[in-house]
Amino acid sequence: MSYAAGEADHNDHHHHAPSGITRWLFTTNHKDIGSLYLWFSFTMFLVGGAMAMVIRAELFQPGLQLVDPHFFNQMTTVHGLIMVFGAVMPAFTGLANWMIPMMIGAPDMALPRMNNWSFWILPFAFAILLGSLFMEGGGPAFGWTFYAPLSTTYSSDSTALFVFSVHIMGISSIMGAINVIVTIMNMRAPDMTYMKMPLFVWSWFITAFLLIAVMPVLAGAVTMVLTDKYFGTSFFDAAGGGDPVMFQHIFWFFGHPEVYIMILPAFGIVSAIIPAFSRKPLFGYASMVYATGAIAGLSFLVWAHHMFTTGMPVAAELFFMYCTMLISVPTGVKVFNWVATMWRGALSFETPMLFALAFVILFTIGGFSGLMLAITPVDFQYHDTYFVVAHFHYVLVTGAIFSIMAAAYYWLPKWTGHMYNETLGRWHFWLSLISVNVLFFPMHFAGLAGMPRRIPDYSLQFADINQIVSIGGFAFGLTQLLFLYIVIKCVRGGEKAEAKPWDGAEGLEWTVPSPAPYHTFETPPEVK
Amino acid sequence: MTDTNSRPDNMRIVRRLLFTVAGMFAFGFALVPIYDVICDLTGFNGRTNNEQAAANVREVDTSRTVNVQFITRVNKGMPWDFEPEVTSVRVHPGETRVVNFLAHNLTRGDMVAQAIPSVAPGEAALYLNKTECFCFNQQPLKAGDDVAMPMQFYLDPDIPDHIHTLTLSYTLYDMTAHATPDVLALMQQPAD
Ligand code: HEM
Ligand SMILES: [Cu+2]
Repeated sequence: MSYAAGEADHNDHHHHAPSGITRWLFTTNHKDIGSLYLWFSFTMFLVGGAMAMVIRAELFQPGLQLVDPHFFNQMTTVHGLIMVFGAVMPAFTGLANWMIPMMIGAPDMALPRMNNWSFWILPFAFAILLGSLFMEGGGPAFGWTFYAPLSTTYSSDSTALFVFSVHIMGISSIMGAINVIVTIMNMRAPDMTYMKMPLFVWSWFITAFLLIAVMPVLAGAVTMVLTDKYFGTSFFDAAGGGDPVMFQHIFWFFGHPEVYIMILPAFGIVSAIIPAFSRKPLFGYASMVYATGAIAGLSFLVWAHHMFTTGMPVAAELFFMYCTMLISVPTGVKVFNWVATMWRGALSFETPMLFALAFVILFTIGGFSGLMLAITPVDFQYHDTYFVVAHFHYVLVTGAIFSIMAAAYYWLPKWTGHMYNETLGRWHFWLSLISVNVLFFPMHFAGLAGMPRRIPDYSLQFADINQIVSIGGFAFGLTQLLFLYIVIKCVRGGEKAEAKPWDGAEGLEWTVPSPAPYHTFETPPEVK
Repeated sequence: MTDTNSRPDNMRIVRRLLFTVAGMFAFGFALVPIYDVICDLTGFNGRTNNEQAAANVREVDTSRTVNVQFITRVNKGMPWDFEPEVTSVRVHPGETRVVNFLAHNLTRGDMVAQAIPSVAPGEAALYLNKTECFCFNQQPLKAGDDVAMPMQFYLDPDIPDHIHTLTLSYTLYDMTAHATPDVLALMQQPAD
């Protein structure tokens, strides 16, 4: 492929590609693959979002009106799986593909052909998962956490497909992580030392190691479910000497690091955007790096805070409680540094900054509810209620997803060569901000009042709260169509973007023209 | 890192990372025996030591009395009746007691069952010693038959002072499909 640097056209639409569909099938270009990941993620976001709309429609009123309980359970399960593995994780991988080579002055990812594979197996994984919904007996209905024996003794016949699709997702993530690590270790421009790397690169570097460490454990857990269900083993079956509680230990050994996999790259994004719109360098760069490492390390010591009510000995409950609380120290360092970066900065509030600011505030709310949940004795009340649902949606939607949107607005000019429509961007932000809080904030109260999660029906006293929540849900869902419109409009055209459209932005990605040429940094740039 | 040539080549890093991936996959499975060992050592999760305890002579601590409760349930779909003869006994630590559990095969087929014990609080599990228990073995039961199954136990006199009550629960599982040969042979014998 021979594109002259500066040629502006090929990223404009991905429909009129130079050589049709095969360009996308066989591409090994990090920017193409980044775009594929991002579009795939957005598609999954809409599919998972549609399932959330089914859930909220059913919960709009008490009683069973739209769907039967078994289908409702499939919706909560597949919504969770799709949002975690199909929306958030691929979006971050897409951003990594697009930005890491450009941020460290590399011409491409280190292993471009593996990169192609790691993307292209993903659509199959999700086709299998979604296809299982149409099988007799339905798809997975045991929650995204697939606790045994729900996923073994009591699951539908399609469980093998669920297991298979999770295996593929895991292989894809592992390949992606290997690629990120090798790229960062080997492809940096000569003067790009580790401590000069942008924080987005650092946070992805650490995330990639987390992925390598825990995705194989997830693969082990689904494999055990598979053999328990179909091949007569009894890993989780007490009758054969196994133990269902052990499932939870194995799952959460993966599960808690997994939640940090979904938030560390977000920390990196926000650490790029806040300095850009404060027109000040990031406060405490080194402490940010160490805090990220500390969070990643501690994330292996806290898994049982998801299992306080399983009857652990008091000593273990205390250990996991204190370790969990300890994580809020490095997390607090980060929040402090972001605020300190803004302190006395020349702030301006374009859409990426708005999303980044909302991230800081709302993610912190999610951290606070997390701290409440970490207090063992009170978790007995909160566990498995809507309070937990509120907590993880604050950290994942207003945390991870808001950061992804901030990133999209921030780098869209670089990707497309056009400015997005700022007015529409702000509409998108404010509508999202209001609706997301109408959607998730009242869930705290529902949970404190005792409404259990994962149920299609509820007692009458929760009716008002659920109605409000559902309205917020529909509004948030619709608002995201506006985001789709803004992105498509920006891809198609718009005000021409300069190489560096944000005057306070720092980093090598802004030294190449907008849109970024198909090949960048074929000769390594100079790093100050 | 000015010297780009001193960096290890890609394939070496990839090999190491793949090695780590394989290691972590194996670690996931290693958690199974690790979990068992930890549970046995600590009584985590109410695991009682499922081996016959030695019935050696002990001092009975008559200054304390502990309430031992019994709960039974049958696994989902297991068509037997299964109940303890008494729902609780009060024992002194060190004192040996026998409690019978009654099982009744309500079906028209010969079946094999096994009971799995669990103790709450988990901490107490370490101090409940069974010198004889039906739960050590599979239980064959012919169609329509019933049986009283004995369980003999004592509490270790070292049981912590703050434990006043403990609950021993049994879940009965259908093991007909997994019956061991000797149990099957037992079942083939004509009733006498
Ligand atoms: C200060 C930081 C945090 C603390 C102290 C914390 C604590 C907790 C605790 C104790 C629970 C278990 C609640 C229960 O089931 O009873 C929980 C659940 C959860 N947390 Fe966090 N958390 C924190 C940050 C995060 C972050 C950053 C994420 C993801 C980006 C996250 C995602 C989740 C999810 C998904 C669940 C629910 C899992 C499920 O049961 O389906 N948390 N958190
Ligand atoms: Cu956690």
